[in-house]
Amino acid sequence: MTITHDEPTEAGRKPVDVNDPRLTRFEIVKEGLRREEIEIITYESQFQGHNSKAEKRVVRNIALLFLISGAGALAFLVFYIAWPWRYELGRSASDYYTAILGLTLAVALFGLGFAILAWAKKLLPHEVLIQQRHDGAPPSDDQLITGQTMAFVADELSVQRRPLLKGAIGLGLAPLGLVAAAPLVGGLIQNPHKGDEPMMFRTGFNPVTNGGKLVRLTREDGTPIRPEDVSTGGQMTVFPGIPHGATNEYADSPTLLIHLRSDDAEETRRNADADPRNKGSMWGDSVAYSKICTHAGCPASLYEQQTNRLLCPCHQSQFMITRNAQPIFGPASRRLPMLPLDVDEDGFFVAKSDYKDTVGPDFWERP
Amino acid sequence: MKRRKVDLAQAPVTFAKGVDERFQASTPLRAVLNKVFPDHWSFLLGEIALFSFIVLLLTGVFLTLFFDPTMKEVAYDGAYPALRGTEMSGAYASTLDLSFEVRGGLFMRQMHHWAALLFMAAIVVHMARIFFTGAFRKPRETNWAIGIVLFLLGFLAGFSGYSLPDDGLSGTGLRIASAIMLSLPVIGTWLSASIFGGEFPGHLIIGRFYILHVLLIPGGLLALISIHVGLVFKQKHTQWPGPMRTNTNVVGERMFPRYAMKQGGFFMSVFGVVALMAGLFQINPIWLFGPYKASEVSAASQPDWYVMFMDGLVRLMPAWQLYIFDYSIPPLFWPAVVGLGALTTVPMFYPWIEARRLKDKQVHNLLQRPRDNPERVGIGAMAFTFFIVATLSGGNDVIADKFHISLNAMTWAGRIGLLILPPLAYFISVRICLGLQQHDREVLAHGVETGIIRRLPNGQFVEVHQPLGPVDDHGHPLPLEYGGWVVPKKMNRVGALAPAIKGFFFPVEKPAEAPVSPALPPVSAKEEREEITSGR
Repeated sequence: MTITHDEPTEAGRKPVDVNDPRLTRFEIVKEGLRREEIEIITYESQFQGHNSKAEKRVVRNIALLFLISGAGALAFLVFYIAWPWRYELGRSASDYYTAILGLTLAVALFGLGFAILAWAKKLLPHEVLIQQRHDGAPPSDDQLITGQTMAFVADELSVQRRPLLKGAIGLGLAPLGLVAAAPLVGGLIQNPHKGDEPMMFRTGFNPVTNGGKLVRLTREDGTPIRPEDVSTGGQMTVFPGIPHGATNEYADSPTLLIHLRSDDAEETRRNADADPRNKGSMWGDSVAYSKICTHAGCPASLYEQQTNRLLCPCHQSQFMITRNAQPIFGPASRRLPMLPLDVDEDGFFVAKSDYKDTVGPDFWERP
Repeated sequence: MKRRKVDLAQAPVTFAKGVDERFQASTPLRAVLNKVFPDHWSFLLGEIALFSFIVLLLTGVFLTLFFDPTMKEVAYDGAYPALRGTEMSGAYASTLDLSFEVRGGLFMRQMHHWAALLFMAAIVVHMARIFFTGAFRKPRETNWAIGIVLFLLGFLAGFSGYSLPDDGLSGTGLRIASAIMLSLPVIGTWLSASIFGGEFPGHLIIGRFYILHVLLIPGGLLALISIHVGLVFKQKHTQWPGPMRTNTNVVGERMFPRYAMKQGGFFMSVFGVVALMAGLFQINPIWLFGPYKASEVSAASQPDWYVMFMDGLVRLMPAWQLYIFDYSIPPLFWPAVVGLGALTTVPMFYPWIEARRLKDKQVHNLLQRPRDNPERVGIGAMAFTFFIVATLSGGNDVIADKFHISLNAMTWAGRIGLLILPPLAYFISVRICLGLQQHDREVLAHGVETGIIRRLPNGQFVEVHQPLGPVDDHGHPLPLEYGGWVVPKKMNRVGALAPAIKGFFFPVEKPAEAPVSPALPPVSAKEEREEITSGR
């Protein structure tokens, strides 16, 4: 904004001396507009005459809106302080606390908003102005000067001429850049393959977690399960019987224990025995599959008893229980791993070993 | 000693002079006060996003005062009886306390969540406005790219935010996020282990997401929004074509007082809408979901709406597993990593792609009506159809349940729709644009249909047309140039109908002037209007 008095102006928009005491305030404003290359096309009151009936009416309405806003805000404060707000069981006045806050605050804000909008749209003079842009202007000398100045700065440094500096900068600064990244990467990084039995590739059913002993299948409260606890056609979510086995500490371990009907069980056993990894993993008519979907890790928890399908509610992958839990629909590409079952001397379910397939979502180096 | 008289009337002038002598503020201040802004309702869509963001900052700061981002297990002992005694993370417990035991806390939480949903919705609608009117063209390509980054940041802010309460729903979302990380070739397990600090879920993720959500992402959003708005200010707003409006000027009103007041009033109204929604509509009732447990999920677990397109794409992806020697790339990788990456980066380059295709190096400050660039509209329609099919598929289980459709049929409909519908949308929208263009040209050439049918001496019936401009000796309209703006197509639009009289119960003074399209000279006087001629 560098237009001054002296620059040539368009015809009819002559500069004025702003110090002239005869000028009205509007004329000074107009001179300011002229200096921003703004031209007034229309500037007129929305009303005929001063203090007209219509104008008074608009002013009254705007005043009313401000008052409504104030009333809403006061109501908000009163309800905020006085209305019972503590949660109570069953129907109570506190159920309406949030709704009342929302309504009263909305009245306050809408009142204020509409008052300001009405003021701007109904009361202020109607105006149309034109301001000139400059982005389309042809390249000025300034572009050339700035470009050459930048090039000159490069010349002054003249790294091109001094190859020693070039090399030294590279060798000197690159390690420093790595120093900036090192603490972040070094602090965060975790090796998922650490140890003989990496945490990420085993579940709570691995005997390692139980001091080498076989791990029992338990309910969420930690009680072990006998084969007859699950009725025919029934299913139960089971966890490794180790400390914290049912918590998120062992997020890969939740398992679905299903007691199949005998004919389904026969088919399931036939398919399982045909598979080298699942062979002999069933116990009686019971079969246990990992509950963690091999697609994105949600619990595949919807068991359809009649069709022997297992559905994951997150992305609708469907697994066939009787066929080694192969995916039959949806985005999952890998079957649910089967947990090898056995019953210990006390008559409780145990896992013969950990899962033989990797549990959970698939990844690059899955064994 | 005699006290000097202080001239109170002169005090503000003296003060302002003092300030200006030190900071040289008057010239830039004058420029700001007088800056001219063009006006159109569609220019306010972006403001909704800006105002929602301010609401987000205000309510978000309140929430941080009560939220505790810890994953340490505690037994809940708060006001909500149904969960008393349940083991849960400190984050979930503090969110429950925030909802039940902080006065007005639930209201603030709901306001924060609704504002976030509104923020993302406003971004998408604003982006559509920019796209379909060609507002992204030179010199505004950079701001378009910044806008796309803002969407991505908003997406991440939303996801990290709704993961914080550590309830049953958000934990499932985190689990899927970890699966998406695992799906990355080569580095998947390393990345997931590093971010979660070991095996999922670990004990660190809520704390890490917290700092991401309250510091890093908002910082980025704030910085980019400042640049975004600053560029709009510096480059001056685009405007629709119309009388006096050219590529080298701005026609409108001064920033102060009118424009600024309208902005302020609009901000209060947006704030009011958020408050109303927060008060009346429940959002994310985490106490119903319970704490996150790896073994539990309920049906109809949907993410927030702006994440649903990704969930939909993940659902629709066929089970194609890629094996490279002993290694595998799971099907999840394609929609969740490649898909999201492409959908958020490719659009960024659209301004340059279009400029290159049209060999267009001009500066454009005038907007285009969508119909005047049918290919662009087609591409936009294609993108939005893709987005809508993907989003609907993100809730296909709910649709299947409510409308008693087979779930598998919904998945297949989505798969097929995702491939078939976008090209169809392209074709249809291009045809609509061409049709609208043709109709505009027709009216310009022949005039507006009057609805008056005249019978010629030879028995032929013709409709009388009102020409929009001058006519030749035979009364036929002279061809008019298309001005890039609305062509009046009804007699009412050229003043055939008396304008409505203002006033709610009784008329207020004189009737307003007839509405005119800005592309036209003012309405012709009554006498001339009666000169109705046949169009052909």
